[in-house]
Amino acid sequence: MMMVMSSEKRVNVQIKGVRDGLLVTLGEGEWGELQTALLAHIQERAGFFQGARVALDVGNQILRAAELGNLRDRLSEMGISLWAILSNSPATEQTAQVLGLATRIFTPRPERTIKSPNSNHSDGEVAIFVQRTLRSGMRVTFQGNVVVMGDVNPGAEVIASGSIIIWGRLKGSVHAGAEGNEKAVVCALDLHPTQLRIANVISMTPEKKGKLQPEIAHIEHGQVVANPWDTKEGGR
Amino acid sequence: MTATIVTISSGKGGVGKTTTTANLAVALAMNGQKVVCIDGDIGLRNLDVVMGLENRIVYDLVDVIEGRCRLRQAMIRDKRVPELYLIPAAQTRDKSAVSPSDMVRLCDELKPDYDWILIDCPAGIERGFRNALAPADVVVVVTNPEVSAVRDADRIIGLVEAEEKGPARLIINRLNPSLVKRGEMLTPEDVLELLAIELIGIVPEDENVVMSTNRGQPIALDVKSRAGQAFQNIARRLRGEQVPFMDLEEKSGFFNRLSKMIRAAGGN
Repeated sequence: MMMVMSSEKRVNVQIKGVRDGLLVTLGEGEWGELQTALLAHIQERAGFFQGARVALDVGNQILRAAELGNLRDRLSEMGISLWAILSNSPATEQTAQVLGLATRIFTPRPERTIKSPNSNHSDGEVAIFVQRTLRSGMRVTFQGNVVVMGDVNPGAEVIASGSIIIWGRLKGSVHAGAEGNEKAVVCALDLHPTQLRIANVISMTPEKKGKLQPEIAHIEHGQVVANPWDTKEGGR
Repeated sequence: MTATIVTISSGKGGVGKTTTTANLAVALAMNGQKVVCIDGDIGLRNLDVVMGLENRIVYDLVDVIEGRCRLRQAMIRDKRVPELYLIPAAQTRDKSAVSPSDMVRLCDELKPDYDWILIDCPAGIERGFRNALAPADVVVVVTNPEVSAVRDADRIIGLVEAEEKGPARLIINRLNPSLVKRGEMLTPEDVLELLAIELIGIVPEDENVVMSTNRGQPIALDVKSRAGQAFQNIARRLRGEQVPFMDLEEKSGFFNRLSKMIRAAGGN
């Protein structure tokens, strides 16, 4: 383990050795300044950083894809591979995931779990709204429910501790109730997942033909069952 | 004059990126455009072979970036058409010899003097892909009507969106109309339903492409061949012309529906 504090007073860059490489934690501040400080910090210790795998903890920063991509390229030019972004902001995490960066490192930090305001309703109240089509290789992981407005293409994954609602075609893989909640459901306008899991039950979609209709999948007697969506039953 | 930079990618290898790059370059140049194409596949170069310019390489892309020659010295002129140049890749190095910002600098230098810069992207989603993507104004994704190629195209389209270079445009290469008719091949509709981006061309499977590729004579030079015609049409669509799709598709009748889908996808 190694701790290095930067000489800069205002913007601090903390470096720690972790199992998978280096974990760099940035303090609060304006992103441009932080990035400059980070790059300067690395340049001072070029030998130490050469060839390193770096996970970057950006705290509460909300970063755009262009900003993350730019940083990754700058680091890559210095011989450093940026492989993970840790963030308190689900938006930034999503951006990082879209760029193919990990958002969890091997040793999870407990304070990073997104807690719902009221833990009694942990899966019931909180949801993330994803307004885009998830393409192959994209992954959304959330503590709570996930609502996607768009398609989930083959090769994309959605994992939620609560329920998953897809306002579009579901053709990728989904795991609802990922922490064991057997009451979780998955629904989609077109339910054709590559693989569907609820809690610990796994199912594969049989070849279905016929007209397109919204369906809802839930666990019944230890098996995943999918039924046409019926508003009269209130969805259950 | 400011060049439009087009990156031709696919994710999966062997779907026809290099053939497409060579043919679009030739087709654009035949229509009086000034074109440079850059082989982004450092270490596995073959755009020079497909264009039949292999024996004229003196300097390459890495020589330019590392300052061993001036940019113009590495540009090989294709004498069959008025204004077409190739910057070949280095064969003895790998992708790490070039960075995304090198590519941006290089393209910035070329931009004022040409109409089009076409970059042939290597397969994969690693460094070579990011090098080719960095300077792009337009990304063209080439796919075959096969499940695995479409899956990889989907991944590429997602990465292009993430880098804020989207929406990408699609070319379906090597479509076999008789297999489609028998229901043994994905239809353009199937592909578009999943990928949901603008389609700018369908190239029918044509054995003449293989033959011309091996001879280093891009098929677009032969305007009588169906594939050559398809590439000519794509070049015109890139220039913003409205060109109807070829009658191989109209015959089967799904093209009217298809063009509706394209408009819907383009609106996203």
